Amino acid sequence: MEITLRLAWRNLWRQPRRTWLTIGAMVFSNVLLVFMISLQFSVYDLMINNSLRAFSGHMQVQAPGYIDDGSMRQTVAEIVPLASELRSDFPDVDIAARATGFVLASSEQRSYGIAVYGVEPAFEPGASSIPGLVTDGRFVESGDEVIIGVVLARNLRVSVGDELTMLGSGRDGSFAAAVLTIVGIFDSGIPDLDRSIAEIPLATFQDVFYMRGSGHHIAINAPSIDAVADYQQRIGAVLPDDLELHDWTALQPGLKQAITADIGSSFFAYAILVILVAFSVLNTGLMSVLERTREFGILMALGIAPGRLGRLVLLETALMGVIGILLGAFLGGLLTGYFGATGFVMPGMEEMAVRFNLPARLYPGISVATLFAGPIVVFLVSILATLYPAFRLNRLQPVEAMRAA
Amino acid sequence: MSAVRCIDVCKTYRQGDEDIHALDHVSIEIQNGGFVCLSAPSGGGKTTLLNAIGGLDVPDSGEIYIDEQRIDNLSKGELAALRLSKIGFVFQAFNLIPVLSARENVEFVMQVQGVDADKRRSLAMSILDEVGLAGMEERRPAEMSGGQQQRVAVARAIVSRPALVLADEPTANLDSKTSDELMELFTELNMNHGTTFVIATHDRRVMSYAKRLIKMLDGRIVDDIAQS
Repeated sequence: MEITLRLAWRNLWRQPRRTWLTIGAMVFSNVLLVFMISLQFSVYDLMINNSLRAFSGHMQVQAPGYIDDGSMRQTVAEIVPLASELRSDFPDVDIAARATGFVLASSEQRSYGIAVYGVEPAFEPGASSIPGLVTDGRFVESGDEVIIGVVLARNLRVSVGDELTMLGSGRDGSFAAAVLTIVGIFDSGIPDLDRSIAEIPLATFQDVFYMRGSGHHIAINAPSIDAVADYQQRIGAVLPDDLELHDWTALQPGLKQAITADIGSSFFAYAILVILVAFSVLNTGLMSVLERTREFGILMALGIAPGRLGRLVLLETALMGVIGILLGAFLGGLLTGYFGATGFVMPGMEEMAVRFNLPARLYPGISVATLFAGPIVVFLVSILATLYPAFRLNRLQPVEAMRAA
Repeated sequence: MSAVRCIDVCKTYRQGDEDIHALDHVSIEIQNGGFVCLSAPSGGGKTTLLNAIGGLDVPDSGEIYIDEQRIDNLSKGELAALRLSKIGFVFQAFNLIPVLSARENVEFVMQVQGVDADKRRSLAMSILDEVGLAGMEERRPAEMSGGQQQRVAVARAIVSRPALVLADEPTANLDSKTSDELMELFTELNMNHGTTFVIATHDRRVMSYAKRLIKMLDGRIVDDIAQS
């Protein structure tokens, strides 16, 4: 070990209590950061996956302008063969064609305006979680079948086996009407979905709404959220030029905004925590420099340049920071791992859980980024906080410093 | 060739409303291999002159040359580099780094000089042996007597063979026997290695070892005597 490193290390333990207090502040904040950041990003993953898996998918192929206007006439021609072609080109992603219309849905007693989706019964379960959320009856298979959400069923006062009449406009502006049999009722836990949508077989939709083989979008789910960008590029490359491919940030801007806003507010809280640690480190650095003024004077007299003395002080903080990173990441990893196994109920999160279809118990996951991002920031800010005491050494005059008590 | 040359050096301190002339137009020249004592009562200017020669303090006016290099106009960093390469310091209060062992104290300056680890370890062991501290290399300053600490300080000052050693009251905290041993060590180094010594002292026993005695009073040189 180089003598400078040895000197820095031994200097730390001249005041062991103060050193441990400073390291303790670093470790405490690092443990907190590792756990909170791991939990936070696990929640985001859940929010994104649950929201997108529920219906919209990670990506959608649409006609140009459909994302803004959502007009019945902005269609993807021959949508079923195109979806089939994409499935054969990208067998590891879930792909399902859909069509969308707005209708007045009527039971014997009540009527409500809803969105009706034509879906491919064989492929929809891969692209959406709704088929798996049918709690009464079954998912649509073919013909004049429909599934509706549990809230809509309650509002219309219908149940499985009842008939539902739909009245709307077809693609060509003509009158579109159908009488469908309710074969299933789903409960997604997302009130908006459960209140306002119905799903019927795509072929039935195309007949009722005069779609002539077209649809409105192809929903695509990549194997994971991290793979979306890669698949967006690859799928985009094989699509016809007259179609657009949008990812989830464009499809659900509200979700992205909610995450961005949450990151902003939580990082503000993290910043306060890190600043408190920085002040603790600054205090230690200043005390350590002040009480060794005479020693620094001697070292300068021996020919050690002020810059090298500053580096010695920075090295002392770096050593504390490394201990803080290692202990903080280890203990933070243990804590996160424990709650990752047993689950964690975040107080006051009920509203957010309902809104984003999250489970009541969360299981934070650890990644290299969530394990080390916080501790590394604490390390860097600690070094920054030590720059001031280190720079003060530049103003030191050897003769005056050696006179210090 | 002169090891030290001071030309008309002045240094004034302000103390309350009064100006203290710590150095008042001091001019001296010390040849290479010299063994010089600066003698003065307290406040006579000897430490100020020693600090100015060592580049620890900057004079208000005048010129100072070390090894024919003018130093009074150098920057802080350049002065540090000069001290590192050419000047060894021995202080009254030993001034060792408390958390380093005797060997590490001696090695530390060499590490800064860029000497490789094996060489500096071997040099440190050898110089500690030379100053009579064989077997005590791994002791920390707190585990050594005053005399032993001063020997470590001397070893640290001379290990990289500086041309000039400046010592400020090096025997002030030593008993007479240890003081004699230290001065004999200085004399031996001066004779064997040609190291120039400038020692600020008011100890008559120390003065008796010097080849030249410069007496100061109120910041001025009042006598300059060659001794046999």
